[in-house]
Amino acid sequence: MTQYMLSVHSSSSDYDKTFEEMQPTFEAVDAYNQQLIADGSWVYAGGLERIEAATTVDGTGQDVIVTDGPFLETKEYLGGFWVIEAPDLDAALKIAAGASKACQGKVEVRPFQSE
Amino acid sequence: MSPSSDLRAEIDRIYREEYGRVVASLARRFGDLDIAEDTAGEALLTAIERWPVDGIPPNPGGWLTTTAGNRAIDRIRRESLRDTKHQAALMISDDTPHESTGPVEDDRLRLVFTCCHPALAPEARVALTLRLLGGLTVEEIARAFFVPETTMAQRITRAKAKVKAAHIPYRVPDSGDVTDRLGGVLAVIYLVFNEGYLAGGGDDPVRADLTTEAIRLGRILHQLLPDEGEVAGLLALMLLTEARRTARFAGGELVTLDEQNRGGWDRTLIAEGHTLVRERLSRVAATSARAGPYQIMAAINAVHTDTNDARDTDWTQIVALYDQLYAVTPTPVVALNRAVAVAELDGPDVALAIVDALALAGYHAWHVTRADLLRRLGRSTEARAEYDTAIAATQNPAETAYLTRRRAHLVGPDA
Repeated sequence: MTQYMLSVHSSSSDYDKTFEEMQPTFEAVDAYNQQLIADGSWVYAGGLERIEAATTVDGTGQDVIVTDGPFLETKEYLGGFWVIEAPDLDAALKIAAGASKACQGKVEVRPFQSE
Repeated sequence: MSPSSDLRAEIDRIYREEYGRVVASLARRFGDLDIAEDTAGEALLTAIERWPVDGIPPNPGGWLTTTAGNRAIDRIRRESLRDTKHQAALMISDDTPHESTGPVEDDRLRLVFTCCHPALAPEARVALTLRLLGGLTVEEIARAFFVPETTMAQRITRAKAKVKAAHIPYRVPDSGDVTDRLGGVLAVIYLVFNEGYLAGGGDDPVRADLTTEAIRLGRILHQLLPDEGEVAGLLALMLLTEARRTARFAGGELVTLDEQNRGGWDRTLIAEGHTLVRERLSRVAATSARAGPYQIMAAINAVHTDTNDARDTDWTQIVALYDQLYAVTPTPVVALNRAVAVAELDGPDVALAIVDALALAGYHAWHVTRADLLRRLGRSTEARAEYDTAIAATQNPAETAYLTRRRAHLVGPDA
């Protein structure tokens, strides 16, 4: 079994949608999450607050530097993710297909490094 | 004691022939392409040492697989004990015989679906398949695709790294997914066939082992997926093309279709190809489905191989089929091939007008076609220039010989 991150990228316009517009997607994702839990594929998942809520911390130097904003200013950024467990990439891609349909966005599938 | 050069050549030949089977078997057993490739190479070195002394074993492929398997176990033992569970699994002895027991268990079919996985870039799929199943060297693959050797080596290394890191599995897809995954596999098999059929360069213009391997994979796919039209189409296309292989060369020179000794065609392959084409044509007619490109190309070849005399060729039907092919794949290359057929119906001047309108300068077959049409129109100076361009662009010695002869037979400059 390998763990994969399924990441979804969003833009500000996605976050500007009203609750009514987003409701069907929330429900679809909820339902899909329940399915993943039942299948045993679920490790963790969550949606992230919009990029304006981000703070970047740099502790590499002498002093810890805290900055308002993301690591990189980009038009699209990480909006949410699933961490799943799957026997191989084919299984992970199948899960990603379902996830992509549920959240109505492209999903990037990337394996975690094994210990 | 070093082996005689004959024995060494025989060992190399056997190794080349068995390479795909050995690597596929090791890949399935150890789940690692690098281990599969490296240990296959080590087994060759051992064979070079042992076989001159002990004689060539009765089942050389089995010997290579067993020897490589032992090396792989040694290597896994030597490497760090980071993942003991993984290693324990590999220590389980594997009694699977070297010969496959049926199409679904064929290790090479597993390997081809792995090499052609959609998660790999298209050019990576082709390179990996040619390297691991075709047994071509990196240099040969690089030459076939006109890239530097280092670029191709990197491409293959990265592809294998992705297979490993992303855990692309070594198996034939579930029946639900096979149809989707097929297009990629067919494209790669066809490329392997073409590489064997008219190699980009090298000493032997045609590498029979690659065409045989492509046909073998095509047959297995057809057995596995008898209802997939394009699988049957590709198989028929390869059979009908391969049937003409020996007639394509005479005295180290390429012989074009119109000049081939049709008595030299393989009638068994032609019969098999025609049966497949007929089956597909009646299925397409019955379901009014649209025939895919491989089926249409197979049908074109079936028309060509239907007569014993080139002069009896049904060019009307061929042009009609090219019209169908162009509707499905409207590429300049298809238009070029269609124009060659049009020349037979409407004359070389009509065909030349079509060919001249195509943006294919630099594509060597375009220059060959132009040269031939200009020659037939008596425009010798222009023909000579096109033959020169075509000769400069090809690395295939048989084709060079053919083009040189045509060029030499041109009569004086046009008025």
